[in-house]
Amino acid sequence: MDKIQNKDAEVKMLSDMLLIRRFEERASQQYQMQKIGGFCHLYIGQEAVVVGSVAGVRHDDYIITAYRDHGHALARGTTANACMAELFGKATGCSKGLGGSMHFFDRENAMLGGHAIVGGHVPLAAGFGFASRYKGEDRVTLCYFGDGAINQGAFHEALNLAALYNLPVIFVCENNYFAMGTSVTRSTGLKEIADRARGYDMGSCAVDGMDVRAVRDTFHDVAEKIRKEPQPWFVEARTYRYRGHSMSDPATYRTKEELEKYKESDPIVKFRAVLTQEGLLTQERFDELDEAAKQAAIESVKFAEDSPEPPVEELYNYTFVNEGAK
Amino acid sequence: MSGLSDHPETRNITYRQALNEALAEELERDPNVFLMGEEVAEYNGAYKVSQGLLEKFGAKRIVDAPISEGGFAGLGIGAAMLGLRPVIEFMTFSFSLVAFDQVVNNAPNMMTMSGGQFTVPITFRGPNGPAHQLGATHSHSTESLFANFPGLKICTPATARDAKGLLKTAIRDDNPVLVLESELLYNVKSYVEPEDQELLIPLGSAEIRRDGGDVTILCYAQTVRMAVDAAKTLNAEGIRAEVVDLRSIKPLDMETILTSVAKTHRVVIAEQDRPFCGIGSELCYRIQKEIFDELDAPILRVAQEEVPMPYNEALEKAVLPSEQKIVDAVKKVCNA
Ligand SMILES: Cc1ncc(C[n+]2csc(CCOP(=O)(O)OP(=O)(O)O)c2C)c(N)n1
Ligand SMILES: [Mg+2]
Repeated sequence: MDKIQNKDAEVKMLSDMLLIRRFEERASQQYQMQKIGGFCHLYIGQEAVVVGSVAGVRHDDYIITAYRDHGHALARGTTANACMAELFGKATGCSKGLGGSMHFFDRENAMLGGHAIVGGHVPLAAGFGFASRYKGEDRVTLCYFGDGAINQGAFHEALNLAALYNLPVIFVCENNYFAMGTSVTRSTGLKEIADRARGYDMGSCAVDGMDVRAVRDTFHDVAEKIRKEPQPWFVEARTYRYRGHSMSDPATYRTKEELEKYKESDPIVKFRAVLTQEGLLTQERFDELDEAAKQAAIESVKFAEDSPEPPVEELYNYTFVNEGAK
Repeated sequence: MSGLSDHPETRNITYRQALNEALAEELERDPNVFLMGEEVAEYNGAYKVSQGLLEKFGAKRIVDAPISEGGFAGLGIGAAMLGLRPVIEFMTFSFSLVAFDQVVNNAPNMMTMSGGQFTVPITFRGPNGPAHQLGATHSHSTESLFANFPGLKICTPATARDAKGLLKTAIRDDNPVLVLESELLYNVKSYVEPEDQELLIPLGSAEIRRDGGDVTILCYAQTVRMAVDAAKTLNAEGIRAEVVDLRSIKPLDMETILTSVAKTHRVVIAEQDRPFCGIGSELCYRIQKEIFDELDAPILRVAQEEVPMPYNEALEKAVLPSEQKIVDAVKKVCNA
């Protein structure tokens, strides 16, 4: 892939961001109607991070993330139907209704899961990198986590192992400045998050996570570099979540002004303006894309509602491979 | 018949050697198998279980890891999700506790969380349970902790033969399996089939170490030898004890257990872990639930005392199960 702007690929990034946003707006509404249970963490505001990074790498590169994972599956190509059905706990969900909001998986699209123990999935990513090298594949792994994860032991152990064994893993810190109600300045004794990588002699950089093109280009460059010369890399993507930590969080720990300030650099609004200015997008085309995203979200609700529950008779089918209850 | 002692003119090898053979054979058979852990390669294993494997299989397959149990346990799980078959060595299972989240949250949950898309064919192995005067932090019996998590299989070999046959089966199993070895058994020799004979022992099959009709002693790992010795002592006093070695904790061979209990009507459980919510608690529950009417006496348990392990030799001995404690318990249930 080269950096020369390919119109279709550019527009696809915009439509992917729109799909994530419209999907989650629907999910939020359905959650309030109690159609969705458990914890539900929305990604709205952060769309450029996953859409840009996924666009910058190959489709067979592995990705893994934490529990704020709807965007990651959608960006990878999991259908809105499969995602909404998962939120509804239905058999047609991307994890057959057994995972829920925090555990979206899609093997076909090399999406190795949403994981809900903060930092606990980071060593798994080292394992994917290890497996790539072991098998002689040139796939890289993108491992996303929040700013809250960088003080967790599992994170540090995984970074050290990745550096030690030269594993082709990009550790992606989606720095949205908050871990629940705790701001980075209250959790981390570092001025620059990317400096975490220094302790492991690992290359690192920071990118504006509200700028989808910048994200894509950064990830493209890093991925191609470590594909050729296996080694881990650390990318801090600076972004912001518009909603509370989860559906139950009114986010009173930050000011309205701060939120409004970030919304001014909204990734969708900004990228739309860029594409329009460059003559790659018309008002009509944008409206079409947005309408398509809204329709996909509406349809996904209908699909989820009409889908069957996972059969209780299959309760024991997923504990052990090829074995029933023991 | 106990399988615990040397057989003249047959092949007797140590439990350690048996594990080493199992690893070598599986590494040879399947290129996706690799061994990772602290000191497994260049040092040849903290307990020399992996002696010679680096030389034979190279650094790609035999991988030294830093002291990062959570990190390399998780790395193994990730590699297993992509089809490799990692064998992760914990220097002891006491140290697996710093990797607890990986072992109990990631390994056994992945299949369910992903709706069956990802499985974790991994083996965690290493010594488990008290050794000799290692004190409070290094003497943990972890079996009942791990047994509480659906999705993990657990086996507890007591003989060289079982160590080899169970480890090989564990490595081939498509699910996460814990092979809980025992430091005190590493040097103990017993009969194992010749190397050219494939030895696979299924998980979930108990072994009767000694026949008897008066009382059933359920045991596993370190308590097997104690139970067999106790049975011999009791025999001299006219009590015929049947010794059932569970061999695996999960799955549990309830059929063999219940058949024995239905025959003897009396049960003593000799377990190496702590009593509270220990393996024996589950066994008691299952036995009374299935064949309450067969029991002629309350079930007794011989487990550790409920204290952190003291260093002092005599105190440690007081904490641990022993042949004498088993003998006493058997006499009690037989007189009940
Ligand atoms: C080990 C662990 N501790 C605490 C939690 C509860 N928890 C869930 S998300 C979260 C905040 C994490 O913030 P961050 O890593 O910045 O990710 P973000 O939510 O901002 O995407 C906390 C404390 C958890 N899931 N796991
Ligand atoms: Mg955060």
